Amino acid sequence: MIQEVSKLINPLEFRFNIDISDIDKQLLVDMLRKMILIRKAEEKIAEHVETGKVKCPCHLGIGQEAVGVAVGLVMRKTDRAFGAHRSHTHYLALNEDTFSLFAEVLGKFDGCSHGMGGSMHIIDNKNGFKGSVPIVGATIPIATGGGLAAKMDKKGDIAISYFGDGACEEGVLHESLNMASVMNLPVLYVCENNLFSSHLHIDLRQPSNTTARFAKAHQMKNATVDGNDVVGMFKLLTTELSIMRETNNPFFMEAFTYRWRGHVGHREDIDVGVKRGDDLKSWKMRDPIQRLVLSMIEAGLFSETDFTILSESIQNKIDADWAKADLSEYPNPDFLLKPVYSK
Amino acid sequence: MKKTTTYADGILEAYEYLLTNHSDFFIIGQGLWSPWYVGSTMKDLDKKFGKERVIDCPVSELATTGATVGAAICGYRPMIVHPRVDFMLLAVDQIVTQAAKWRHMFGGNSSAPATFRAIVNRGGEQGAQHSQSLQSWFAHIPGLKVVMPYTAKDARNLMIASVLSNDPVMFIDDRWLYEKEEDYTEIEILDLDNIKPQKLQEGNDATVVGLSYSSMLCENAVKNLHSSGIQCDFFDIRVLNPLKVDEIVESVKKTGRLLVVDGDWASCGMASEIITSVVEKLEISKLKKSPVRITLPDAPAPTSKTLEDVYYIKEVNIENAIKKLLI
Repeated sequence: MIQEVSKLINPLEFRFNIDISDIDKQLLVDMLRKMILIRKAEEKIAEHVETGKVKCPCHLGIGQEAVGVAVGLVMRKTDRAFGAHRSHTHYLALNEDTFSLFAEVLGKFDGCSHGMGGSMHIIDNKNGFKGSVPIVGATIPIATGGGLAAKMDKKGDIAISYFGDGACEEGVLHESLNMASVMNLPVLYVCENNLFSSHLHIDLRQPSNTTARFAKAHQMKNATVDGNDVVGMFKLLTTELSIMRETNNPFFMEAFTYRWRGHVGHREDIDVGVKRGDDLKSWKMRDPIQRLVLSMIEAGLFSETDFTILSESIQNKIDADWAKADLSEYPNPDFLLKPVYSK
Repeated sequence: MKKTTTYADGILEAYEYLLTNHSDFFIIGQGLWSPWYVGSTMKDLDKKFGKERVIDCPVSELATTGATVGAAICGYRPMIVHPRVDFMLLAVDQIVTQAAKWRHMFGGNSSAPATFRAIVNRGGEQGAQHSQSLQSWFAHIPGLKVVMPYTAKDARNLMIASVLSNDPVMFIDDRWLYEKEEDYTEIEILDLDNIKPQKLQEGNDATVVGLSYSSMLCENAVKNLHSSGIQCDFFDIRVLNPLKVDEIVESVKKTGRLLVVDGDWASCGMASEIITSVVEKLEISKLKKSPVRITLPDAPAPTSKTLEDVYYIKEVNIENAIKKLLI
């Protein structure tokens, strides 16, 4: 699974089938369903960012679905994951609850944060998603504390910290990795390296394009992987998490991937960055969904018709959930002060 | 039973109570295994309760504060200790932008009931970066309670109440109060939401308000003036945010004169906030004089002891201000 960085950042590589051997068909279908659901949910949100119905800043993860899905499938409900600005994928991978996400993005009381957070503040305690925030790097130490709490609980739970390559330029990443390493805390650090921080390519921000070097500096076990191969990441994490749950050791996974939309909003932002226009076309050929579908079809586990039926049923659910969220109520004005303090 | 106790012993007793009675309580911070960092307030806690619950840590204010917030979100009642307010400023994002907003931005579906203990330490030629207070910065933030005890009893009882509060709390204690001695009382388990300013001296001539160390200066000044026949109401604020001033308003209705003393800078400070909060609840005709505040000069803390001598507030400044209010 561990791959050379030069190949991972080259969208002409890893375009084709992924290795799905030894994985149960139902699990593959689960992976596929979750990735399609996330893709279509984010496309629905993008559509309404464009129409102006959605006002809050939305950072879409279209193209990056595989990472959250792989992590979500190895998590326990008692694990504790913390997200960042681009976390719809992490949330939906755990609960597939498009209604509560849509309602939140629309600022409605039925949203997962009662409309107080919007796209950037989503939470699902029941399924182990303990919150996402958009201050870059801010949840890295918080997840590290989640790991400290898990270690004190002594139940073999772990914490998950999702962040991107941009967050690796924040000092707090280094403080946190050092702390987790020296205190031996069970934290899975997941860096989704999509090569961009807002408009700026990693080559213009860091002297190396791989962030796993920071894990090495803190003597933390790590892997650089194809972030658009859901099965590969699932296999790696299954092995590593079983070690983490025994030893409390931290682990750093750098998943190379690419976002199809701009930093924020519905547009592709192909005018941003020197080569983004050409690269985006190439990266769309490394589509995590397409690669899984083609691999399943080639293995005789799935047909084109199966794919069409699955996609349509997901689309129907999304359309219905959007309509329901659209009709749901905004918070009452008296809710403004209510959650400031516990009473 | 102990007959007397000190402010520092009060804090130590709070820790012993919390570590004994609350298994979800732990403490993290720099210097906790070498307690000269924090005076005698944490003496031998690591030896009595174990290094897993009294955790010394790397020199990473931001990550350790963030980890405290994360552990609080995940069900613990942790405290981070910053041996100087100045050092804590490296961790402001986690306090102000994360913990204080965590409940609100998730619509009440989560909370971060961490305690941020910061220590004010100054004097002794420590200079500009080891001397700040900055309580008003933190009292400005909705969602973050700010507690500054003056008495030994409050240092203990309000520290316990801060840790047991379901909200994030900034607890700021002052090294210049550590030796303050008073009669020992039994521990009281209090709800922080019910804590109001405490009237410690009674009188009709003026209303004097202080907080933390400035309360000690105020109380002494008010007592010193008794021999001159001047009697003042004196209030110790205790909880800076959310600020409650109803009792002070009643007092000013009676005295018509208000003096507030805060050992921090004037601009956008606690003294201004207290005066404004009182005055806007008063009919202006009730005031016999314009309210007065005593704060630090508008300069960073100096190093040389001769300049420190003019920089920090003294009892005599307060006595003179009260006398002037009465002219």
